[in-house]
Amino acid sequence: MAARPESAHPASGGGLLGWIDQRFPLSQLWKSQVSEYYAPKNFNFWYYFGVLSLVVLANQLVTGIFLTMNYKPSSAEAFASIEYIMRDVDWGWLIRYMHSTGASAFFIVIYLHMFRALLYGSHRKPRELLWIFGCLIFLLLMAEAFMGYVLPWGNMSYWGAQVIVSLFGSLPWIGASLVEWIRGDYYIADATLNRFFALHVAALPLALVFLVIAHLMALHEVGSNNPDGIDIHDHEDAKGHPLDGIPFHPYYTVKDMVGIAGFLLLFSAVIFFAPSFGGLFLESPNFDPANPLQTPPHIAPVWYFTPFYAMLRAVPSFAGTQVWGVMVMGASVLIIFFLPWLDRSPVRSIRYRGPIYKIMLAIFVVSFVVLAVCGLKPPAGIYPMLGRVCTITYFAFFLLMPWYSKLDSFKPVPERVTGHA
Amino acid sequence: MLKSWILVGVGLLAAGSAAAQEGGIALLKADTDITNTDSLQRGARNFMNYCSGCHSMKYLRYNRMAADLKIPEAELQKNLMFTTDKSFDGINSAMPADASTWFGKLPPDLSLIARAREGGADYIYSYLKGFYVDKSRPWGVNNLYLQASAMPHVLWQLQGLQKPVFKPGPNGTGGTQVELVGVEPMTPGTMKPEEYDQFVRDITNFLDYAAEPIKAKRQSMGIFVILFLLVFFVFAYLLKKEYWKDVH
Repeated sequence: MAARPESAHPASGGGLLGWIDQRFPLSQLWKSQVSEYYAPKNFNFWYYFGVLSLVVLANQLVTGIFLTMNYKPSSAEAFASIEYIMRDVDWGWLIRYMHSTGASAFFIVIYLHMFRALLYGSHRKPRELLWIFGCLIFLLLMAEAFMGYVLPWGNMSYWGAQVIVSLFGSLPWIGASLVEWIRGDYYIADATLNRFFALHVAALPLALVFLVIAHLMALHEVGSNNPDGIDIHDHEDAKGHPLDGIPFHPYYTVKDMVGIAGFLLLFSAVIFFAPSFGGLFLESPNFDPANPLQTPPHIAPVWYFTPFYAMLRAVPSFAGTQVWGVMVMGASVLIIFFLPWLDRSPVRSIRYRGPIYKIMLAIFVVSFVVLAVCGLKPPAGIYPMLGRVCTITYFAFFLLMPWYSKLDSFKPVPERVTGHA
Repeated sequence: MLKSWILVGVGLLAAGSAAAQEGGIALLKADTDITNTDSLQRGARNFMNYCSGCHSMKYLRYNRMAADLKIPEAELQKNLMFTTDKSFDGINSAMPADASTWFGKLPPDLSLIARAREGGADYIYSYLKGFYVDKSRPWGVNNLYLQASAMPHVLWQLQGLQKPVFKPGPNGTGGTQVELVGVEPMTPGTMKPEEYDQFVRDITNFLDYAAEPIKAKRQSMGIFVILFLLVFFVFAYLLKKEYWKDVH
């Protein structure tokens, strides 16, 4: 048998690494994806949230595995098994708080990560597919978080599931049977808990991990955007390396370490000193076991869903059905996918855009946060009206973008990136 | 970068001002301290004597409680364990299953009550001080902080009885209606008011402990975790600075 020529593996040396490299492109992957992946040198604070979402994902996967070892996915035992984890399992309380705080932290870093794209136009050509993978991750994350929230089988788990699942019931014709199919029973019951457990610990995490890999592959194919929104590959040295780029390793690995340390400081502060976070991360009705006969005084989803929930409630029922609110809520998530095609500005970064986009983005941020508050509050007083106004401004940000993003005045874009972190 | 922060800041500010305060009778401050072992021991004793007849605390084991509260095993067996002789058991009540016919509902398990009620310890403390005479209720008492509460005033001999204080207020259609605004002492109990306050504060403290037995340890451990991470942060920052020296 003829050996393949050594030149086929230029990276391979001797020893174990050489042995592996002849069978698997380890050195080659390390070089192309890490040590010789050139990233713009001017990343700022907003560029930490990508790596932080990876950190949180790892946290959720690892703590999730340990929780699964002691959790019982049965309506009779689930609630007690959580207390068993909190009281009897060694370090169970820490693992559980890392997981429950991690869920909220996931949405915080993802929202800030998405906001970064709005600031610097990271979704613009050629990064549309990268953006779509990201949106799919966000969508799956919402499903993952919702099903995870049902597992402790507290009273808010139960009634939250009841409200969200019954939304599907408003769809015409198929609604009623669809809800039954999702629940696996005529009401939220043991069968529902079992299937949500299966989806939460196996199907959705698997899909999430695949999508995250696709997201990273797409990123490394097109290269990272930067706060100036310009292409660093327009100016390269003789070896073809971008003049304004630096190898991801070691420069950004050491820099990300600082960001991760900062994140862990805040994350630990919550875990050790305020794991319920004033009833936002762990809601008080969820310390009562699920009770189909007793509705909590006020049913609200966890904080990270409330902007979308507020939009659902903002739409009045019409022609005898609530389906319009469900459609608006669905549209509020799906419209994010179309951002790369809605934005028609000639520049990517907010640094070189005019006042119109800045004002629209400010209105959008305010609307999103106000919607989050509205969704947490009972629908009384000023909240329904506030919710309606902010639903309109939320959609206006997207739907009017093809016009206002072109109309704006623009500043000249520099040839080379400005400054470095 | 600064502008982006202003954006986020404006959003949070708008949210803050939108979050108007809801009405209702303000809770009393419980002023409890889960690191005060004496108070917790008294609270455990009060709970076993006055509460555990009806209320279970099934997620707290006797031996866990004894270890955390530094109660000797003999003391535990003799004075605190009424429903079992196995110290690894959870704290069960002596309520028969048909007790719901006595009260209209089964007295709830209190393992997690301090976390399940908004207001936590403050709510429990207020509730235990909120009973007032109301002849229309089955047990002759109502509660300022939980209207139509099914619970009788178990501690009435200690506290004495309180009567409601009403005040005319607007009824929303231009007229006035009588509004319940508080309670005041009616007949004295066997305890002075300060003694009763301390008595229910100890029970509240014990319930707060029981809802999360690890809480005190979690907080003291957290300080070391934060200190370690601060040191790690400084070294990570210095490492970053060193590496980035040659980036221009």
